Amino acid sequence: MAWIDKQRNVIDFTLSSLLRRKGKNAALIIVYTAVVFVLASVMLFTHALKREADIILREAPEIVLQRMVAGRHDLMPVSYATVVSHITGVGEVRPRLWGYYYDPLFRANYTLLVPDDFRYGEGDIAIGEGVARAGVTSEGNIMPFFGSDGKLVSYRVKEILPSESELISSDLIMMGEADFRTLFSIPQDRVTDLAVTVANPQEVLTVAAKIRKELPDTRPIVREEIVRTYDAIFDWRSGIMLVIFSGALLAFVIFAWDKASGLSAEEKREIGILKATGWETSDVILMKFWEGMAISFTSFTSGLILAYIHVFVSSAPLFEPVMKGWAVLYPEFRVVPFINFYQIATLLFLTVVPYTTATVIPSWRAATVDPDAVMRT
Amino acid sequence: MITLENIRKVFYQGRPNEQVAVLDASLTIEDGKVTVLKGPSGSGKTTLLSIIGCMARPTSGRIRLGEREITSLPERFLTEIRRQTFGFIFQQFNLIRGITAIENVMLPAYPNGEKYGLLKQRAKGLLDLFNISAKTNERVQFLSGGEAQRVAIARALINDPSVIIADEPTAHLDTKLSQEFMEIMDRLHREGRTIIIASHDPIVYASALVDRTVEMRDGKIVS
Ligand SMILES: Nc1ncnc2c1ncn2[C@@H]1O[C@H](COP(=O)(O)OP(=O)(O)OP(=O)(O)O)[C@@H](O)[C@H]1O
Ligand SMILES: [Mg+2]
Repeated sequence: MAWIDKQRNVIDFTLSSLLRRKGKNAALIIVYTAVVFVLASVMLFTHALKREADIILREAPEIVLQRMVAGRHDLMPVSYATVVSHITGVGEVRPRLWGYYYDPLFRANYTLLVPDDFRYGEGDIAIGEGVARAGVTSEGNIMPFFGSDGKLVSYRVKEILPSESELISSDLIMMGEADFRTLFSIPQDRVTDLAVTVANPQEVLTVAAKIRKELPDTRPIVREEIVRTYDAIFDWRSGIMLVIFSGALLAFVIFAWDKASGLSAEEKREIGILKATGWETSDVILMKFWEGMAISFTSFTSGLILAYIHVFVSSAPLFEPVMKGWAVLYPEFRVVPFINFYQIATLLFLTVVPYTTATVIPSWRAATVDPDAVMRT
Repeated sequence: MITLENIRKVFYQGRPNEQVAVLDASLTIEDGKVTVLKGPSGSGKTTLLSIIGCMARPTSGRIRLGEREITSLPERFLTEIRRQTFGFIFQQFNLIRGITAIENVMLPAYPNGEKYGLLKQRAKGLLDLFNISAKTNERVQFLSGGEAQRVAIARALINDPSVIIADEPTAHLDTKLSQEFMEIMDRLHREGRTIIIASHDPIVYASALVDRTVEMRDGKIVS
């Protein structure tokens, strides 16, 4: 088909034409790739984080019940669990033991947690990858802790928990109930809080109100509120990302504009020759379009691939300053690869569309120049 | 047959720097003949050539290509006529630097949508014809003046035009190359093509090949 052959011929010329200005086009592709890289990194990273948070929260109980003493979060009597479990609408009530530990040796904060089914015995712990890194320890090693009485206690690391799926498990340490109680001197009849499940989502607020009535010295924290808190945190982080994002975008627009504002004399002469020898204005525009596409496609693909590697393979080292402070651990945290069509479409719209427009418009202007101009150069 | 009737070309019309380049030029160019436009610098040769070749529109007057009146045709049709009917050889060769000789030759045919392989074959044939097939894949900026000239001629022929238009084709060539150029024109002439050359080089206008010399002065055709 003539149409296809025409495209093929024009593309062929476009490519050899691009190769002529290797330096200029290489610079162009590098800048373009860098912009796509930054935009794509931000986008992939924030989306992956949001998704991460969603997964964590999906598993969270509907209500977490804390005890308040003098306006402060205090230890919860285990007996409260029985009271709560008799309230209508309440499914399961699970007493939980957890807390934070500041490691003065490595100046890091850990989250300590007693799981329902701790697989190891007394004196054993399982630690998150972040902890392993911060405490420079590995499976089978001993890890020292200062107990609440100031004495040094050592635990044996039985397992390094994979942190592939969760942002938070990176700074996690799991231990048995007895060890936890000893370490922090928590009496047998006390726990940290209660996890309360409510089967019917419509009843959550009613149940929370009933709990407050029955146990006035407690504070029910509804999951929806936690979701909001998480959202706030992620929004703050995304906010910083957004600044980076718009910076990159701005640079790109300036750069594209610069491209748009002028063709070199050489390029104009060439367009004149093409027109004189029988190219139509639309053919010249077609060529410029393919030129834009070739540069865009190369830069877009490489930028996207680099961003994917940056975020999902190398744990987004460029965003580390933003992510720091989740724990003092600087979790070298690897989010689960997650990419969808919507993200790619947004990215395409933000980069390829303005660039192609910026390259086609000036050639349109040049292509309307009278072809006889080349008779006089 | 190309017929010009009262062609006038004015640049910057109505402005202080108004410039009349061609004035009331009427001319009939017969098919298959070699016509030379001759005259001093600034006499309007290039301007008239670009009007004949559908590169520029006259300010007033009419042009007919055969029976067809083309003065009032829209841009797109003019481009198509230019591509199908005329082959141009420019004074500065006007090759596109950085790409190979054969690509330069193929360029004017790209908009036709011909199969790439076939087109390449034809371009090779033309380079062969002018004895420069050795330079097929050479970038044009590395060619000598004579080689560049022949690549430019090959490019002018790629769409098999019936009319060849050349503006000062020998200006950058020495005597021997100029004579070679005229030999090539002779060959094209014998193939039945119409040839129109603007030149003030005696090698061109005094050549036995020339059927007709049109003299211009101050934008007017004087004989
Ligand atoms: N694009 C233009 N804008 C303004 N004036 C022009 C333009 N093209 C040609 N002219 C003027 O028209 C006149 C005729 O020019 P033209 O180039 O046709 O002459 P020529 O016979 O080809 O000269 P030469 O032998 O030097 O090539 C000149 O005075 C020139 O300055
Ligand atoms: Mg001239």
